[in-house]
Amino acid sequence: MAAIPGGADHAHDHAHDQPSGIMRWVTTTNHKDIGSMYLWFSFAMFIVGGIMALVIRAELFEPGLQVVDPDRFNQMTTLHGLIMVFGAIMPAFVGFANWMIPLMIGASDMAFARMNNWSFWLLPPAAILLSTSLLVPGGAAASGWTLYPPLTVQMGMGMDMAIFAVHILGISSIMGSINIVTTILNMRAPGMTLMKMPLFCWTWLITAYLVIAVMPVLAGAVTMILTDRHFGTSFFNAAGGGDPVLYQHIFWFFGHPEVYIIAIPAFGVVSQVIPAFSRKPLFGYASMVYATSSIAILSFIVWAHHMYTVGMPVAGQLYFMFATMLIAIPTGVKVFNWVATMWRGSLTFETPMLFSIGFLFLFTLGGFSGLVLSMTAVDVQLHDTYYVVAHFHYVMVAGALFSAYAGAYYWLPKWTGHMYDEKLGKLHFWLSIVFFNMTFFVQHFLGLAGMPRRIPDYALQFAEFNKISSIGAFGFGISQLVFLVVALKCIRGGAKASAKPWDGAEGLEWTVPSPAPHHTFETPPVIK
Amino acid sequence: MTQSFQGESRTDRLNRSTLIRLMISAALMFGFGYALVPFYDKLCQVLDVNNLNKDEGTIPLNTQVDSSRSVTVEFDANLHKLPWNFKPVNGSVVVHPGEVATVEYEVSNTRSEAITGQAIPSYTPPSAMQYFQKLECFCFRQQTLAAGETRRMPIAFLVSPSLPKDISTITLSYTFFEVPGASAAAAKSADVVPGGLKQWPTSSRTW
Repeated sequence: MAAIPGGADHAHDHAHDQPSGIMRWVTTTNHKDIGSMYLWFSFAMFIVGGIMALVIRAELFEPGLQVVDPDRFNQMTTLHGLIMVFGAIMPAFVGFANWMIPLMIGASDMAFARMNNWSFWLLPPAAILLSTSLLVPGGAAASGWTLYPPLTVQMGMGMDMAIFAVHILGISSIMGSINIVTTILNMRAPGMTLMKMPLFCWTWLITAYLVIAVMPVLAGAVTMILTDRHFGTSFFNAAGGGDPVLYQHIFWFFGHPEVYIIAIPAFGVVSQVIPAFSRKPLFGYASMVYATSSIAILSFIVWAHHMYTVGMPVAGQLYFMFATMLIAIPTGVKVFNWVATMWRGSLTFETPMLFSIGFLFLFTLGGFSGLVLSMTAVDVQLHDTYYVVAHFHYVMVAGALFSAYAGAYYWLPKWTGHMYDEKLGKLHFWLSIVFFNMTFFVQHFLGLAGMPRRIPDYALQFAEFNKISSIGAFGFGISQLVFLVVALKCIRGGAKASAKPWDGAEGLEWTVPSPAPHHTFETPPVIK
Repeated sequence: MTQSFQGESRTDRLNRSTLIRLMISAALMFGFGYALVPFYDKLCQVLDVNNLNKDEGTIPLNTQVDSSRSVTVEFDANLHKLPWNFKPVNGSVVVHPGEVATVEYEVSNTRSEAITGQAIPSYTPPSAMQYFQKLECFCFRQQTLAAGETRRMPIAFLVSPSLPKDISTITLSYTFFEVPGASAAAAKSADVVPGGLKQWPTSSRTW
């Protein structure tokens, strides 16, 4: 967590009394405090969502029903998805944005500091709504994180709580994104042109636009469910002339860009880390910017590839298939640029670099299984099987989560002023990568053999692979606690970090001391 | 930004105009989500996709009776949260493809208030739907039952002679749903005669 600044840092002229204790965190408008809160919150939600995943894997350890009843199982898959997407990964990257964007562009703080505070403090109520919905009569939403009607129109009050939580999380991320766009567009230090910005800022600028464009559409979709449930509308109710498939179209108009809302900041983090440990500038900076923008634009016109099996004219299926495959091109540009950055670089393999290379390797694998799924004819066989589960965990866990770890290890010295324990960090990486593959690689085979997702029981022939996957999941879960130990140790002490602890690192954030003082760049730096 | 309390700096003004523009974009995108509803409806109409009542209520193209084989049509009835009794008068009939048959369902309202319902058909096997042609059906329109009313409602249908040879049994299942909001309106309005035959539904879909 951010070191609490001593009196020496209070050189700024508008003197203010900073509340202490809990009120400091409730009332703070400092981007570093808020960034730290976002990161802690997302880690806490990551643990909560992770425990739910372990309940799922415990149930699937053996065929038959032993740990939870099917209804609870469905609630677990639903909340695991919602919490990981909206509670863990998105806030984690917003935390990075809060901490690093002002430091990277030479701004003193985010553009709207009070709104920043508000957008963080909306998150805990949403988290409480989601987790306490498990306790209400009828239990939590059990429809899967996509909240498809007609199930969602029928369920109990747990569903209403999930809808309100999604509303709150949506408002929070829209406010966060407005803040990020405004900060990047208006608050850059003199001389920091857009094309000189670190790539992390670029990826967040594009992501923030995506959030502003699609989160309101999701809010609209869940509002329609809410009015269908309680106010007699029939958007999705067939008896009243509505159409449940309409929801899927609206949801995936949000849902596919959402995939990139998660992935693009991860690209940004990796684009900072790989050049630093290759001791070379990022290969093809401009092409990276254009590739990221094209991915974002293409993400709006491919949504129905999630819906090949719900019924679509052949021409529609062909269009969505080819449009989806088109995304592989800018993504390929990015992957090759990262590889080219490492080519003939003076590579060293500290923990951030290990996680970045792990990201590069496994994210590409997840991209390939995505290409397989993009083919309509193949997807009809694989739809709603464990192949899909394996695919999106390769891009969400090995993609977004590994990149978040890369970023955390990379910037921990800047945040805390101490070096983290490199041995423990490497242990964390190797445990994570082994157990990750143990958990999810076998799920490809399960899916190809036809095991459906979101079902608490399975046929006997799937038993071995499920056993391997469950053991891997528990190993993966426990090894994430290593990170907690590393982070706590790093906050409490350790070798003193210099202003620039990584010799190959570039950027304004390394020109301020470590730990970064409470107030930085009150007079903007000049970039030549 | 230490000067902000003395007046707005240029950045503050810029920030505010960006804020307003982005907030308007977010609000417009919320509206866009709702605009997708009529858009998809129109698109489905134009492209003739997802049209669940295809061919229903139209004049059959072929009335030649194929007496070389017969098909068993079974009838099933379900209620979704409706305080009604609903059952077919005969559980099944045997017909030749192409032969027009009429069967009846019996429905009664056990409540002491008028309730409007809409029946939704489903077919087993689902592929049989395209060969099942209805000339008259209570599912074509909403049905309003007065308090305690009991009524028999007909379905006149024929099974198309082009029905694949491997289908020998078709199950037709109806589920009655309450039409949200319509029951209360029906109770007040004098326009709707019992049976609801006076008006076709205003929705573009006729079931």
